[in-house]
Amino acid sequence: MPSDRTQRAPIGLKIAAAAGLLFLHLPILIIFVYAFTTEEKSYVWPPPGFTTQWFAVTWNRPDVWEALTLSVQVAAISTVIALILGTLCAAAISGTSFFGRETISLLVILPIALPGIITGIALRSAFSLAEIPFSFWTIVLGHATFCVVVVYNNAVARFRRTSGSMIEASMDLGADAFQTFRHVILPNIGTALVAGGMLAFALSFDEVIVTTFTAGQQQTLPIWMLEELVRPRQRPVTNVVAMVVVIVTFLPILAAYYLTRDGDQIAGSGK
Amino acid sequence: MSALAADTRHAPAILAGRGGVFGAMSDWVWRHPTMFLVLMLTPPVLWLGIIYIGSLFALLLQSFFAIDEFSGLINRDFTLKTYGELFLPQNVDIVVRTVLMAALVTVASAIVAFPIAYYAARYAKGKWKAAFYLGVMLPLWSSYLVKVYAWKLILAKEGILNWIFAKLHLTFVLDAWLALPIVGGNSLSVSYTGTFLVFLYVWMPFMILPMQAALERVPGNLIEASADLGAAPRQTFRNVILPLAMPGVIAGSIFTFSLTMGDYIIPQIIGTSRLFIGQAVYAHQGTAGNIPLAAAFTVVPIVVMGFYLWFAKRQGAFDAL
Repeated sequence: MPSDRTQRAPIGLKIAAAAGLLFLHLPILIIFVYAFTTEEKSYVWPPPGFTTQWFAVTWNRPDVWEALTLSVQVAAISTVIALILGTLCAAAISGTSFFGRETISLLVILPIALPGIITGIALRSAFSLAEIPFSFWTIVLGHATFCVVVVYNNAVARFRRTSGSMIEASMDLGADAFQTFRHVILPNIGTALVAGGMLAFALSFDEVIVTTFTAGQQQTLPIWMLEELVRPRQRPVTNVVAMVVVIVTFLPILAAYYLTRDGDQIAGSGK
Repeated sequence: MSALAADTRHAPAILAGRGGVFGAMSDWVWRHPTMFLVLMLTPPVLWLGIIYIGSLFALLLQSFFAIDEFSGLINRDFTLKTYGELFLPQNVDIVVRTVLMAALVTVASAIVAFPIAYYAARYAKGKWKAAFYLGVMLPLWSSYLVKVYAWKLILAKEGILNWIFAKLHLTFVLDAWLALPIVGGNSLSVSYTGTFLVFLYVWMPFMILPMQAALERVPGNLIEASADLGAAPRQTFRNVILPLAMPGVIAGSIFTFSLTMGDYIIPQIIGTSRLFIGQAVYAHQGTAGNIPLAAAFTVVPIVVMGFYLWFAKRQGAFDAL
């Protein structure tokens, strides 16, 4: 029985799909070329020459290091908070039905469904009404809020596949709740949590729209990038930082993909 | 024996109750599933409810305040004056411009994303399927600012795009396009064309995955049946595939539309000096200090998205998410 599934794709479709993917990838590759250019004052293409000197220059820039450290700290703490809140929420939502269940899942998704600028200015106006000064923790507050959803999405998908009878069996056989969590639930949802955590880290590490509203004078790496974009100071350093950021965010995405690829393709299917 | 009997009187189950603090807690949890549910939900609901919903209400509240024109201070009396300001011609312009751009970006995203999603859903197998998935995921997740930066490099006067046009001896085409009203400008990086391209690039990946999910659910035998009944591929596409894939397209369009509407960084870096909603919000809350007007401006995308989501739900788009 000849089926469409065994047929080959029309050539026009192949070209259109390939062109679409090239459109998605070429601009990122261009960043890699620019990181090695010898040109300092403009974005001239093709680069007049290639050098690795800008890596050393960037390495010795304290402002880049400060921004990077702040970003990593914020992302780490936001990820931990998001892991706790997202897992609790996913555990409660899955396997039960109660009044208001839909409302709670909407509540979790809302911070990512509404444009980031709304989240940002809402938090800022709340801070100003409550007279909370900007600090490290105001950044974390914002980041954790929209990171919950990625952990939640991954955990919910895994809980759906985890049979509730295993938990009942464990409890029936005399394990207490803690033991059940440690020996039955955690091994089942572990990789989904790691994947969700990595995506949450990547999301927080890269966030700029909400952060501009909650950061005050502090600079996370994306805010540093934004400053360079608006008022370029040393273009080659920006090129190198951009390339490093691409690599740093690719690794957790790839890891998250490999951790969750069997069965539930949920890791990061939406940001 | 008597101790066991005493225990089972309280718990008519097969096993005796667990000993120790953990055991007692476990039993309590097991017997009170509702309380346990409440315990689990309390931290996330408190966090999101207080920090997020609370902030949204604070924002909404501010939009009913107004700024005093003489002192520049915020007058905390309930008024609709700020909402009235939204209907000034310059502000209506901003709203129309933003919604129009978001709609254009959404339509263009659907067109560019469709072949990728369709190929991945129907023809890609095994390794290729994984490659397609990662091929969409990596650009989707890579840094937003780096993507914008890449386009700043591409669209610069001395950048790669002008270089390609020059090499192909097609500079006159580019010049002719830039000479057009509205879409043109002094160079690509300060024109609506540039803004549109960057929006398309940054938000298009969000369209692909929901679209692909919907296309994967289109039964192959329906397409065969359509062909057997004499439909040309074009007819099959329009009358069978597209209607069945529509919920996925709408689901994807929620992202592209919402994200474009709320963006203030892309039009600030690449584009004309005319404002989009996001930039207006940013400008009013920042240097102008007019938080009520900024808040009223954010209500516009919330309302537009509200209608959009209502429409999407009616079309069954949420099942495709």
